[in-house]
Parts: sequence; C-alpha cells; structure tokens
Amino acid sequence: MKVSEAMVRCLEEEEVTVLFGYPGAAICPFYEALALSPIRHILVRTEQNAGHAASGYARMSGKCGVCVATSGPGATNLISGIASAYMDSIPLVVITGQVDSHLLGRDVFQEVDTTGMVEPFIKHSYLLKNPADTCRVFKEAFYLAQSGRPGPVLIDVPVDVQQRETRFAYPERAAIRSYKPSSMGHIGQIRRAAEAIRHADRPLLVAGGGVFASGAGTVLKTFLEKTGMPAVHTMMGIGALPFEYPLRLGMIGVFGAEAANLALNRADLLVLAGTRVGDRSIPAPELLARDKKVIHIDIDPAEIGKNIPADIPVVGDLRLILEQLCGELEGPELNPLTDWKREALHYKKTVLLKLPSRDRPDPRAVLKALCSRMEPGGVLSADVGQNQIWAADSFEVPGGRFLTSGGMGTMGCAVPTALGARVACPDRQVVAVCGDGSFQMSMMELATMRQHNVAVKLVVFRNNRLGMVAEFQREHGKETAVCLDGSPDFVRLADAYGIPARRLSRPEEIPVALDAMFRTEGTFLLEVETDPEEPTLPPLSGAF
Amino acid sequence: MKHTLSILVENHAGVLSRVAGLFARRGFNIESLAVGTTADPAVSCITIVADDRENVMEQLGKQLNKLIDVIKLRDFAPEEVISRELALVKINASARTRGEISELAALAGGKICDITRNSVTVEFCDTTERVENFLTLCRPYGLKGVVRTGTIAMEKGSGQLSVEEESGNGKKSEKD
Repeated sequence: MKVSEAMVRCLEEEEVTVLFGYPGAAICPFYEALALSPIRHILVRTEQNAGHAASGYARMSGKCGVCVATSGPGATNLISGIASAYMDSIPLVVITGQVDSHLLGRDVFQEVDTTGMVEPFIKHSYLLKNPADTCRVFKEAFYLAQSGRPGPVLIDVPVDVQQRETRFAYPERAAIRSYKPSSMGHIGQIRRAAEAIRHADRPLLVAGGGVFASGAGTVLKTFLEKTGMPAVHTMMGIGALPFEYPLRLGMIGVFGAEAANLALNRADLLVLAGTRVGDRSIPAPELLARDKKVIHIDIDPAEIGKNIPADIPVVGDLRLILEQLCGELEGPELNPLTDWKREALHYKKTVLLKLPSRDRPDPRAVLKALCSRMEPGGVLSADVGQNQIWAADSFEVPGGRFLTSGGMGTMGCAVPTALGARVACPDRQVVAVCGDGSFQMSMMELATMRQHNVAVKLVVFRNNRLGMVAEFQREHGKETAVCLDGSPDFVRLADAYGIPARRLSRPEEIPVALDAMFRTEGTFLLEVETDPEEPTLPPLSGAF
Repeated sequence: MKHTLSILVENHAGVLSRVAGLFARRGFNIESLAVGTTADPAVSCITIVADDRENVMEQLGKQLNKLIDVIKLRDFAPEEVISRELALVKINASARTRGEISELAALAGGKICDITRNSVTVEFCDTTERVENFLTLCRPYGLKGVVRTGTIAMEKGSGQLSVEEESGNGKKSEKD
C-alpha cells in the first residue's frame, strides 16, 4: 500500500477518531487517503489553531491530539500551537507534509526545515524518508507523545515518500532503547517523603497540571483526606483539587489568591505534586524554599532542582507515587494539624475590597455568575491577558476543567482550544473566555464552529484595549500601542457567521444576558463591555 | 570547572544539532566537540568539553538525557579520563629552520607528515594542554595553519560507557 494510506491506517490503529488540520500541496496524498477513512477531519481556518484545537481535544479526551499541516507556511503557522503544547505537557502528534525528498535543502516552493525549526520545543521529531519506517515511526510517535512527561511529537513526510509503496505491519509496541520513563517512585524516596509528612507541622500540597496528566484526581483526594493537609494549586492545576475539600485555598502565584499565597509562605513542608514551579506560580523559589522542606514529585527528572531546590525528589508518575505514599502513611495516627488547619481556614476568609461601582459590568462578577450557571463538569477555556486572570480567579465549577495556555501564554488560544475540547466531549458544556485582543487573533474559527457544528459559548470582554499590557505600561510609564480602535462590532460579526449573540453593557443585565446565552441552543457570543481602567487584580483588604 | 561530557547517541541525522542546540539555547560556548561511531556502528559517541562557569552543567545533563536520541551520558571531571586530541600544524620552514623544527617535533612526540620548500606539516596527538604547548613552541617560526580535532576522552581503568542497561534504572546520568 502507499505510505499515505499506511499513515491513515496507523492513525486508525491508534484509535484516532478526529484530527484538526489544513491541507496543502505537500500533504495532499495523505488527505486523499484520509478521505476514505472514517476519521473525522476538522478544517480549521489557520494552522496555529489546529495545534490549539488538538491540544484542547487531548486535554479533555485523555487521548493524543492529532493535527496536520502542509510544508513551509503550514508548518511555520503551526509552531505556536506546538510550543504551547510543549510548555503545558500536552500529548500531540503533529503530521506535516514536506517537499519532495530529492529537493530537500534547495529552497524550493514552500520548503522550510520543519524538524529543525521545532527542535527547541518538541519532545521528538521524525523526518520520514524511508517508506519502510512508516509504521515504526507512527508507533513511536504516539508512544512518546503520551508516555512519561507528555508532549508534542512531529512527523515530517516528504510528498514523494507519501506516494511510495510500503508494506503495512503495525508494531505491537514501540521499542526505544534510550527512552524508559519511570513510573513508580523509588521506595527509599517514598519512605523519606512519608517521614517528612509525618513530622511536618504545616504541610501544604501544591497541585499542578500533572494531576490531570497522570489521572491522579481520585488518589489525590484520598491522600488529602488521609493527611488532612491544606492544599493550593497552580494555574495549570485549577480544578485538580477535590471540589468539596474544605482546605482548598485556591491558586498560588503572582495573580493568585491571597489565602493560597499566605499558606505557601507559612508552610514548613511543601508537597509539589506535578508542578514545575513556573515563575508565575512561585516567583522567588529559592527564597521561599529556604525555611521549608520540599518534596518534589514529577515525572520529568529534569524538572527536579531546575526551578526550586528539592530536599526529597520523587521521580515518577504522580498517581502511582501518591498511591505509594498513601500506603506508606498507613499505620500510626498522623499529626492532626489542628492549629495549622485553623490558620488555613482563617486565611480563606481574606476579603477583597469592593471596587468602586462602575457603569460597566465587573468582569469578575460576570464570570462568577457564569460559573454558577455552568453545569457540573463544565469546561472553561480562558485566553491570555486580563481575561485569563479574571477567569482563573473566578472559576468554581464542581468537576469542571479550566483550560488555558499556562506556560506559553499564547494569545488566541481560547477559542480553538474550546473547539477541540467540545469535539472531545460533546456532552459537556464548553465556554471560551477572551478579551477583544485575543478574540481578534482567533475569531476566524467561528466559521469552523459553524461548519462542523461545534457548540461553544463565547464570552468576549471588550475594553478596546490590550488590557494587561496597558496596565503594565501604566505602572512603568505610559500607555502605547494598546488601543484596539477599529475593532468590529462583535455582535454583528457573529451575526455575519449566523451565530446568535448579544451585548452586555450594564451590571444589572448580567443575569438576563447569561441566561439568554445558556438558554440558546448551540454556539452563542456574548460581548461584555468592560471598563478600560478595570484592573487585573482587585485591591486587597490588607486584613493580614 | 571544565567538564568532559561523553554522550552515546543513536547514529541518526539531526542528533548533533539537537545536542548542540541545548548548549546554544543557554548561550553556552562549547570548547571542543568530537563525534565518531563506537564499536557498534549504530551508536555514536559525542565528546564535548565545556567550561561550566554558570553552574548549569547538571541541568544541561538532565536536558541532554531527555533527548530521545541520547542513550547514555557521563559527565567526567578532567582527572577521571584519558583524553587526546589530534592537531595538524603547518609551520613556516626554510632550509635553515627545517632541521630545528624537525628536531622540535621529534622531541615533543610529533610526526612530520608533509614537507615543502617553505613549510613543514606536523601531526601532533596528545592532551589539549600538550597540544597548546607544542603550538606555543612552534609559534616563533610562524604558523601557517592549525587544524584540531577536538578532544576525545575515555574513562580511566577498566570501566566503559556502554549502551547496555544497568537494571531498572532507566536512562539516567550515572552520576546522580
């Protein structure tokens, strides 16, 4: 069979049911074969969004996301999507077409060194030159993307190779001698970690995105109930902690909750669970770690000691390690942590100052009201900018998921991510939250939603500004190049796509507008007029 | 401190660029780099010498280990290895100085491999330090050209870096 047909068969073997892509000359043989397969193809409107949509799909389906683009500009457009997936450890298999293998390196039409270009932000890449390698390469790519620390893997296939003949024999398993990710934690380290937990007066669990990647949600609940320690989370870890847990103190970090940051500073033992301690979540880790013990659980040994010094590193899969830890903590009664729990609950009462009332709806009030109307298990996809922080601080949905570009901070990610998420779980409510800046980086995907009948609720905060940049500039000088004059009327824009929409301009309209959005079947766009002076963070009460 | 990294990699296209890219990303200069196949033609050994002024070698080692094509890695201190490099040195030589240069090369352990009316080319293989020393001695005659291979290194004693797996430990730097 042709390599192009074998590529599609490989995808079928991997139980891929949907892929996001954009065709072009160099990937046409593959598309021709794909048309004969039951695999659903979702044609996005720019390649970058194929990457984001595949990421949204991967995060909600727990499977590998797959996206496809052609050579040259198709591949270069895709790279922000790849880099975002890499930073957030999302399993993707990226397939790109390449120019004829005999013309490689001659700067022919639509040629770019794809594998070379993605090198710094990809888990692994292949340039498939030998047809006989097709099955092995696909098997390895899917295995690499999903095992260990997940991440994107790229397969670049020259167009002439796609047309050549090969024998199809899909290997049972991938054998890569240099790649053996650890799964169980080292028993000695588990014992040391358990000992440290037993002896801590103020232990604190910090949950990161690794909780989702390893499927550790249930065992994390058991672990917290057993130890009774207060818990905080990073932005990637929103929704990772059990919703009903009374000592869930919120998000840490530069834009985090006061209660969470206070607890972080007071703790004498940090249990870092599947978090790399990015600079946004802990800005001065060396300083913070000086007076505490740190247990760092991560599947990637290169994360241990990279950002924060670790006293007890435990390398492996978080779910298995938490199971091991729970086992190790059986036996003598654990420290009841009475004072520490009381202290943590006290922090939780931190009140935010009410902002002076404005003529425009308060975005946090809109988002709180939005979350309270979302169904349990609902998915909120937040973009980047002020809207991301407003959404992160307001997100409270039982069993809900919060998706955003945590590491890269890629503007324009929310709409395509929401699209991919909805394709993965058509039974769950999916809402995308954007600013008017980020929405204009992704609004071409309204067409994709229409074409493929993907229902997403869209909330666009309109302040006619790149709000977060403007705020930063105001603190350091004066605003420049942040005004978004010339933006369209988003309600009429939605109308042009045949998508129902309405505008929310006054605080008292919040309930009516949200009810209208959720009552309407299918995709809906809500434009929320927002005060340009609206700060990212509300001022604190200063109670502590 | 100077580090000598011995990196066993799959003998594939693009591997060297992945390895070198991790150094480039940190603006970290490689002092010397040598690549060649091992006893197993499917495996190459990359030897890199770098001066770790910013204390990033441990992190760099972990990142190198993350590359799928890297099979195994050792980070050696200078005293732990036998190291050699080969230099070809083309020296200005007239009928008057040719004898002197030939004597110098012989004393230092070099080998003359080409002679012309106005030059002598010496093949010199030794430690980096002794290569430098030989070059200093030749400099007064005028160096027409110097080409060096970069350092290759092998662990002292009977131990050997090999792709064979020690039990259950996965792919990890043997040092940690």
